[in-house]
Amino acid sequence: MARVQNKQAGAGSKRNQDPKLKSGPNLKKMKGPSSNGKAVDSHSQKHQQQTKSVMSPTKKGGVLSQRKEHTLPAGKTGFSDLNAKWLKPAAKKRKEEEEEEVEEDEDIELIGDEFPSDMMEEDEEDEMQSEEDEEGDEDNDNDDDDNEDLEALGGMDQGEFEEGDIKSEDQDDEEEEGEEEEEEEEDEDDMTEAERRALALDRFKRKQAEAAAKEAASGDIDTNIQDVDRFVLPSGQEVEAEQAAPDLALVQRRMKDIVTVLENFSTRREEGRSRGDYIQQLKRDLNLYYGYNDFMLEAILNLFTVAEAIEFMEANEVPRPVTLRTNTLKTRRRELAAALINRGVSLDPIGKWSKVGLVVYESKVPIGATPEYMAGHYMLQGASSFMPCMALAPQPGETVVDMAAAPGGKTTYVASLMKNTGTIFANEINKDRLKSIQGNLYRLGVTNTVLCNYDGQELPKVLGEKSVDRVLLDAPCSGTGVVSKDPTVKSGKTQADVWRCCELQKKLILAAIDLVDANSKTGGYVVYSTCSIMVEENENVINYALRKRNVKIVPTGLEFGREGFVRYRDFRFHPSLKHARRFYPHAHNLDGFFVCKLKKLSNLKAKESENGKIGSDEEDQDDDEAPAWAHDDKPGVAGGSQQQQQRKKASKETGGDASASMPGKVVPVSRPKTHPKLGRKASLNQAHASDWKGVDTTQYKSEHTIARKSEPGIVKAAKRELLEDQKRKHALREQKTRVQRPKTEAAKLSQQQSQVPKSGKPGSKAAARSKR
Amino acid sequence: MKKATNVAREKLVALGTCIGKLTHTGKFRLTIGALDLLSQHAKYKIWVKPSAEMQYLYGNNILKSGLGRITENTPAYTGVVIYSMSDIPLGFGVTGKSTEDCRTMDPSGIVAFHQADVGEYLRGEDEI
Repeated sequence: MARVQNKQAGAGSKRNQDPKLKSGPNLKKMKGPSSNGKAVDSHSQKHQQQTKSVMSPTKKGGVLSQRKEHTLPAGKTGFSDLNAKWLKPAAKKRKEEEEEEVEEDEDIELIGDEFPSDMMEEDEEDEMQSEEDEEGDEDNDNDDDDNEDLEALGGMDQGEFEEGDIKSEDQDDEEEEGEEEEEEEEDEDDMTEAERRALALDRFKRKQAEAAAKEAASGDIDTNIQDVDRFVLPSGQEVEAEQAAPDLALVQRRMKDIVTVLENFSTRREEGRSRGDYIQQLKRDLNLYYGYNDFMLEAILNLFTVAEAIEFMEANEVPRPVTLRTNTLKTRRRELAAALINRGVSLDPIGKWSKVGLVVYESKVPIGATPEYMAGHYMLQGASSFMPCMALAPQPGETVVDMAAAPGGKTTYVASLMKNTGTIFANEINKDRLKSIQGNLYRLGVTNTVLCNYDGQELPKVLGEKSVDRVLLDAPCSGTGVVSKDPTVKSGKTQADVWRCCELQKKLILAAIDLVDANSKTGGYVVYSTCSIMVEENENVINYALRKRNVKIVPTGLEFGREGFVRYRDFRFHPSLKHARRFYPHAHNLDGFFVCKLKKLSNLKAKESENGKIGSDEEDQDDDEAPAWAHDDKPGVAGGSQQQQQRKKASKETGGDASASMPGKVVPVSRPKTHPKLGRKASLNQAHASDWKGVDTTQYKSEHTIARKSEPGIVKAAKRELLEDQKRKHALREQKTRVQRPKTEAAKLSQQQSQVPKSGKPGSKAAARSKR
Repeated sequence: MKKATNVAREKLVALGTCIGKLTHTGKFRLTIGALDLLSQHAKYKIWVKPSAEMQYLYGNNILKSGLGRITENTPAYTGVVIYSMSDIPLGFGVTGKSTEDCRTMDPSGIVAFHQADVGEYLRGEDEI
């Protein structure tokens, strides 16, 4: 009603004009027990009768704006008291909305009236009688509430409701709510005006939410609101201007807007701007806000969805909680926790997944300097560093190597898991960090460890190949998972850094695999872990190891964490890589980490294809032990290395076709996708040009392509060999039969008979039968 | 230990836990790494009050005011292992007085001389 008045009168809201109303949200009196209410009631009824003629019989949203009597009309459900009007059970709003639409215009034509609520009541009554009651009840509640609040706030948002279904509803409802509000508010007389305003505001917000829900449900987007909030990308000039004096709050808001736009791109996009534009702007904003360089942003946006990427970056700003690990060689977790709590540390067990971990919330004393710490009862360690040791699961009495041991957290954990038995070789290439391992080993009371100072790649020569049961390789990496500890990673890392780490990691993992004895009774495992999220350093390195050595991936035994990637951009990895585990700061509240457990299947190293033969005995053995995945078929990707040679040899012997019997050994490799128009060769040339500068890429190509290019006739040669072999064997057989023919008839017969099953050739069988 | 023979002399940094060091004159000095072994076989023990714990861990001697308990019949100038009240071994040293004398001593007298304590792990990482 107020809206109607404003439109016509242009003056203040209803509350100014209606003598009955007080100022503030307490505009209307409710019908109710109060005396005023009664007065209003009768008054309104009088007015209803008076103004009946003025109002048009059919009103918009008639069902909505119906006024209820004290008693429920027959057959109606709901509340039977006066509150039935505004206390409706939900639903059936939409029908009423539609009905209201029809009558919108009529309402607008109403002349401003001093007692608009009365008019509304009259109309409502009419409609109530004319249309179904049930619908009206339900709709009225919500709309009444809407209007109440709108009026309470002076109808400031009326403009927004000009279009669409809801507005019509609201207009109606305002008028009819006039009475109701009065009744309601009367009861709340003892509240202060501020409280009433607050109440009204709450109601208004609720209705807004409902209205929004209605909108969403009905699928109509209120275009007015949308225009006001629609996100607009800044133009080039604005971008430049901003770089001079960036406003971080604005930047953050814009990032959020871009994310919402990207989520529902087709509907929320700005015309003329591509998706790339939005992402460009987002990258600029992210760079400004968080400080990541281009390469890191690219990598993060490729790994995650946009919303998750922002979560990841947000999580990197905050340090992870301090965690410590109980040294089970000296104490138990419960006793340690009790002792620390006595000192004033508040802590908790880290979770169900660990029996030795504790997380520290706050501490009165320095947690790294308590007597318990100095006595070696615990070690300050990041929780994600527990993972590789848990995955390794070393048994007491084994020989274990930790190839990159500083500062010794994992080494000491392994030692405590082995209960100080067996032998651990802790190796660290960096002399300065050796002291820290030493100190930690002594402090925690580890006695079964030998500490040495080699380059990890030399270890197989020093310790002997196939000499240890398990190896833990926590490889040096780019550190992109522990940004919260070292923010320089955000801006300092480039693709070249990552590839350099990758090279080193590949060499180290091969050395680690060579160290392990595949035939060890209890072991034969290698655990590879990094504190990085980059695929090139993680899955890529494991894949390389799968190709180069006779190993397979086994489940890590860790209960949580995300599975490793099996494919990423144009990398294609072995499917068993899903057993590897990834941890993220925003998802698990751990440092970014990657863990993968490998089992060595045989002590053979796979040689390259130029060798051809590796020794039939070993090959036969390996056939039995061949990794399960070697028999997977991946169309279009042919393989190299020993399996191929094996199959070739086997196929020669059985007489099958050499080329056809290769059941495509998987050679996952980073290979550019074929351009749909340009074809494979062009893609090969184009792809990754800048990334691959100066790097020898032959090892990243499949053996098939290398072989094809370097030895074009290899398949033909194999076929030729096979045919010759067959001929030779056939000739031999013929020779045998010819030599034996001049013998006695009986012998001949018997020989023939015996030869029949031996030869196995259809031709010879027929010949033998015919002879007989 | 035999496996450690694989490692070259220059590259071998540590083997097990270092218990002590040999001096120029051929004496063997126990360092803090020996604490684990000693605490298992200690005959004479001294317990330190919580208030004086940190003092001892900084490398100071134990005064009478910080003394919590002491085993009976401890002679003077013998090796003792020092514990906190919660039975955590903190280090070892030499007694200054015998048990009976401790009772009659004034509070600022030295009960035990400091020789090694676990605080050295933090203070003197380089010396280990």
